[in-house]
Amino acid sequence: MAFEERQLPGDGTLAATFKCPTCGRVVAMLTNPMETQLVSSLGVEIGGRTVPAQPLETVRKMVATGREDAFDEGSREPGAGSGTTWSAGALERLNRVPNFVRGMVKRIYADYAKERGIAEITPAVMDTARAELGLEGM
Amino acid sequence: MPPIRTYHDLTDADRSGLPEQIGAQRKRVAERLAKVGRVIAVMSGKGGVGKSYVTAHLARALARAGRPTGVLDADLNGPTIPRLLEVPHAPRTTHADGVEPATGADGVKCISMAMLLEDGAPLAFKGPSAESFVWRGAMEASALRELLGDVAWGSLDTLLLDLPPGMQRYVELCDILGAPPAVLTVTIATAESGDAVRRAMRAAVERGSRLLGIVENMVGDEFPGTAGDDLAREFGVPLLARLPWRPTPDAWAGLAGRL
Repeated sequence: MAFEERQLPGDGTLAATFKCPTCGRVVAMLTNPMETQLVSSLGVEIGGRTVPAQPLETVRKMVATGREDAFDEGSREPGAGSGTTWSAGALERLNRVPNFVRGMVKRIYADYAKERGIAEITPAVMDTARAELGLEGM
Repeated sequence: MPPIRTYHDLTDADRSGLPEQIGAQRKRVAERLAKVGRVIAVMSGKGGVGKSYVTAHLARALARAGRPTGVLDADLNGPTIPRLLEVPHAPRTTHADGVEPATGADGVKCISMAMLLEDGAPLAFKGPSAESFVWRGAMEASALRELLGDVAWGSLDTLLLDLPPGMQRYVELCDILGAPPAVLTVTIATAESGDAVRRAMRAAVERGSRLLGIVENMVGDEFPGTAGDDLAREFGVPLLARLPWRPTPDAWAGLAGRL
């Protein structure tokens, strides 16, 4: 079965479709919020990873009581040297992400753009990345 | 309608890839710990015997003896290692390939959930509140895996893992590390502590851990008994130290020298 599509409707559920390359049958997997959370807690992605896992990714995505100043992103800006730029609108959106995850999220978008040869990260690119990578709430 | 293939009918190309992702996670941990000489789980099975206190001071003694040492505070819900190692709060520097640990007293490297949580806040996860017991354990195991595999420990002689009471974290560690870690057991002298610690030691032996020995802590009239000697004799391991309420640096150096 080949993975086709993953959707996170924003209500805690997950929908993923898989298609058999031989007979063409499509199977959908639907998970309720508890089941979705259980999969998320393993740190895996249904359908496979398209960008590398970030350091402490599960902790930063899932901890609700993280302190704002828990992390600093080092002297090397995520995406620096890769040729990727950020539009003003994208940076504004990024700055609304809680600091606990902001550096990691910036790095994820930068990796996503680099993988696809995208030169500038814009809000539209972020929307597409969010849908593809399941960055709900980020 | 053609018959539906079950999971075991699928070839590798058809499969979900989840086992491969989990394998990659384990590999990341193994690669990160490749430069760590040894990993020792400091365990008790019993709460309140001073595991964290012993872990922190043992780490400092090892470091003072010229053996680079790190501590991973595996008590995610009741982390105390940063205070014991006198680590002032500072943001953890993060790079693409890892998170820098903090440096505490005597140069001991450490990471703890206490560094990442709001002051006084419990470890809480985002997610559905109903039936949270179903996924919370898996979430904590993932957090432990990331603290092992995503922290830039560098080259260490010893990485001490300060475990919380009970056996759950030890069991998770065995799976994450791919092999059971060596175990240093902490008890107090009372028979009650001995009973609880005995269960934990038996579980560790059944899993294949090497028992390094026993530390009997808080020795004095307050906690009478012979649990340390009894357990050492029962399991054929050394009683490495009997620590009084205020151990001297020599006492810690003595323990470090026996490990």
